[in-house]
Amino acid sequence: MSLHSQIETTYDVEYIRRQFPILRQMPYGKPLVYLDNAATTQKPQCVLDAMDQYYTTTHSNVHRGVHYLSERATAAYERARDVVCRFIGAAHREEVIFTRGTTESINLVAAAWGRANLRNGDEILLSVFEHHSNIVPWQLVAQQTGAQLRVIPLEADGSFSVDRALEMITERTRIVAIAHVSNVLGLIVPIEAIIERAHQVGARVLLDGAQAIAHCPVDVQKLDCDFYAFSGHKVYGPTGIGVLYGKREILESMPPYQGGGDMIRRVTFEHTTYNDLPYKFEAGTPPIAEAIGLARALEFVDSVGINAIEQWEQQLVNQCVALLSELDGCVHILGSPNQRASVVSFVCDGIHPHDIATVLDREGIAIRAGHHCAQPLMDFFGIPASSRFSVAAYTTPDEIVRAVDALKECLKLLR
Amino acid sequence: MQSDDLRQLYQEVILDHNRSPRNLGKLEPHTHAAEGFNPLCGDQIELYLRVSDSGIIEDVRFDGHGCAISRASASLMTEEIKGKTIEQVHELFERFHQAIRSDPSSPLTEHGLGKLVVLLGVREFPTRVKCATLAWHTLEQALRGGGTTSTE
Repeated sequence: MSLHSQIETTYDVEYIRRQFPILRQMPYGKPLVYLDNAATTQKPQCVLDAMDQYYTTTHSNVHRGVHYLSERATAAYERARDVVCRFIGAAHREEVIFTRGTTESINLVAAAWGRANLRNGDEILLSVFEHHSNIVPWQLVAQQTGAQLRVIPLEADGSFSVDRALEMITERTRIVAIAHVSNVLGLIVPIEAIIERAHQVGARVLLDGAQAIAHCPVDVQKLDCDFYAFSGHKVYGPTGIGVLYGKREILESMPPYQGGGDMIRRVTFEHTTYNDLPYKFEAGTPPIAEAIGLARALEFVDSVGINAIEQWEQQLVNQCVALLSELDGCVHILGSPNQRASVVSFVCDGIHPHDIATVLDREGIAIRAGHHCAQPLMDFFGIPASSRFSVAAYTTPDEIVRAVDALKECLKLLR
Repeated sequence: MQSDDLRQLYQEVILDHNRSPRNLGKLEPHTHAAEGFNPLCGDQIELYLRVSDSGIIEDVRFDGHGCAISRASASLMTEEIKGKTIEQVHELFERFHQAIRSDPSSPLTEHGLGKLVVLLGVREFPTRVKCATLAWHTLEQALRGGGTTSTE
């Protein structure tokens, strides 16, 4: 039995699809083919139900009231933290901070850790393929502290060289902030050696896991990263919730990020003492229903199995690359990663990505066209924008075929 | 097989102006210039005008990159406005803007739009209206005295 058919028989994609009500839609009278999963994933019924049930039966403010509902809401919110802790393999539950999303998680580290630890002449090491949310927070803190941004480039052929990354980690490097998976290239960054070298020179490592969390196994202890950031909505959970994982001793040494309720122990006008982890970094009423929805989404991923999802998506991505490569050389795939997760971006000779997205949209096919919030990477390739197909656990091989067929028709129409 | 809406949007005239834009390049000397961005899709246009003392647009060129709709619209605009007074150009943009943003189910007013009527298929694609009007917003910016404009 071939590997292909083994996955086909053990991975029940139709069973998974039935759990996502939105996939039954027929935009313009055609079955929806949703290939914009790198922007956001759809939600299974169990996540919708968990949030609905929370508001119907449990809602109250957390960590405050002594009444029945408040105790239940607090228990549900803290249980969500335990689920995240297990899912990412954190050593301690208080290392899991709930935020609004990856963007806020990175801003938290840049502001709280950065302002306390960065000095004039220190180096912040990023890559050229970072999302704007892992660039701009560091620019802001660099302006405030006098630290410098340094950027790991890609090789001329669009590949990523670990050796080049390692060369750029020096005694001056204070933090390496890098994507675990690129949202444009699909590149799975070979991160282990980078983390090891960074720690040798005393630097911290933040991984932007927005594009990794739903597509490959994440074990923060095994990775030994210092910070890991991700968003709920990219892993089948709701919007408005994200996670910052940080090693306990580092989080404890950091000043607070935002001030407000819940993050304090005692407030007077003269002096405030702060709450313990994780509450020190969770000022104000948190997104309670969203945390519960995120936990349910991670349990959904567990029920399918992240390894099975990774293998399934790998097959879809390989199929996509193979089909696009057949299109007469007028389609150019961005990057050449050895390992590609869930994302294939490309440009077509003489046709703007935005026109491709419009034509495919009328076929019921949702793709992303634009700079993907990675303008420095677009500049590196010398292009204003690209088209992107991105898959998820519910994507089928048939959908990939339909998308590439629609692209062929689009080329006929527009060239 | 693509829908009629798509064939209307990407009709031959538009594809021709996309492939071979008219009045492409820089204009030296010029009296007015501006740069326009559509941050949504990364479209970028530079527009150069030579306006006579009596307020007539004597020459116009554009440069930049963008989707088929924004390039064709810019190209068609340069053809339509050459020789017109600033006053006439403002009126034309007003008419075009109203027509392209009108409800797709409402009757179409093609009167006085000249070659621009080929762009009215954009009515059916609300997310693309910004592409079709980028050149015009940049034109207005240039006539106001220059600088940079954005559709967001």
